[in-house]
Amino acid sequence: MLSDAERPIDDHRVRQAELAISLVLRIGVSVSVLVIASGLGLMMANHPEYISKLSYHAITRPGASFPHSLGALIHSLARGQGRGITVLGIGLLILTPVMRVAVSIFTFIYEQDPAFVIITTIVLAILIGSFFLGGAGG
Amino acid sequence: MSPLDFVILMALISIIAGVIGSLVGLGGGVVVVPVLTLLFHVDIRLAIGASIVSVIATSSGAAAAYVRERMTNLRAGMFLELATTTGAVTGAYLTTLLPPRALFVFFGVVLAYSGIAMYRKRHAVAPLEVSTDRISNSLNLHGSYYDEAEGREIAYRVTGTKPGLAMMYVAGMVSALLGIGSGALKVPAMDLAMHMPMKVSTATSNFMIGVTAAASAGVYFARGQINPIIAAPVAIGVLAGALVGSKMLGRIESKSIRIVFIVVLAVIAIEMFQRGIT
Repeated sequence: MLSDAERPIDDHRVRQAELAISLVLRIGVSVSVLVIASGLGLMMANHPEYISKLSYHAITRPGASFPHSLGALIHSLARGQGRGITVLGIGLLILTPVMRVAVSIFTFIYEQDPAFVIITTIVLAILIGSFFLGGAGG
Repeated sequence: MSPLDFVILMALISIIAGVIGSLVGLGGGVVVVPVLTLLFHVDIRLAIGASIVSVIATSSGAAAAYVRERMTNLRAGMFLELATTTGAVTGAYLTTLLPPRALFVFFGVVLAYSGIAMYRKRHAVAPLEVSTDRISNSLNLHGSYYDEAEGREIAYRVTGTKPGLAMMYVAGMVSALLGIGSGALKVPAMDLAMHMPMKVSTATSNFMIGVTAAASAGVYFARGQINPIIAAPVAIGVLAGALVGSKMLGRIESKSIRIVFIVVLAVIAIEMFQRGIT
């Protein structure tokens, strides 16, 4: 078996891999923006006081209510709340880099690059572990 | 000021954060955090939560373009993410154990030092032609990119993977501990320790900061630091800014990017000192 340095790099496959990763990022970003914007819009539509009377401090101060656990988020979404949809959009944005890493595992398999398949899998494992750490430690 | 005014104003200001962040490989927290705390009197913990979202927005928005244009060194970025994610998880564990004030002062010093080292390197622009670094050779981390400002393809070799990994580990830890400054350490790591060209360093840092931030975002979310009404306009504005910034990077001279980076680094170092001392 040839080492990575000796094996001729398949430029076509590398290029396709780059385009795939770029596409994942673009899709993640576009979907999140759409969801975040609809959530904000709904929030404003449901709360007329957000547009004129209320001071923004009321909802940006520490202790202001918004979903910050998966359960609360699902509950808020089920009730069709704008803030829940906004949090969902932010969550999708946060997951975009994670998706990018996950897709990279497949692009490295496609590029036949075992060392990088392993490296990327470890990174994904640490990332997923960190989310559980967040859930447990928060 | 009504929530609607706040959302619109914050989104507009965040565009600037996105442009700067995507050009110099940072997350835009350097703009977002002081604007939120000083101008809008938002609690620092919520400002840092918004800053984490801003980092992910800058990274994903700009990297989509940089990867397509081959400005990012994908392989080096992926490899170094081993260290940044491990550092981020370590930082999330340590966050309640270490005194934050001392940390701010310590990293303020580290950033000031990196800024000076990067300024000294401002005339040395020739990329490496030979690398004896075994890890970098066996994983083939070398690359080339098309520099629009110079109008030619620039090939470069990567070295110093071990000090690079060490600095990336610290960068990941800082990101989780302080919520800011992860790109501020990544760019010097690639520029100084690994001898990567300036633009490749900022583009690759951009690519990586999203993953580092995502590794600590779960913790910030669970702690209730990501308030949607604050983070949403920041995300939208920063994404718009990152789209603009990522179109500019190729055309700007490397030396100018370096100078902008050093200025931003100085601002972050001062911010850190301030928060450590006051």
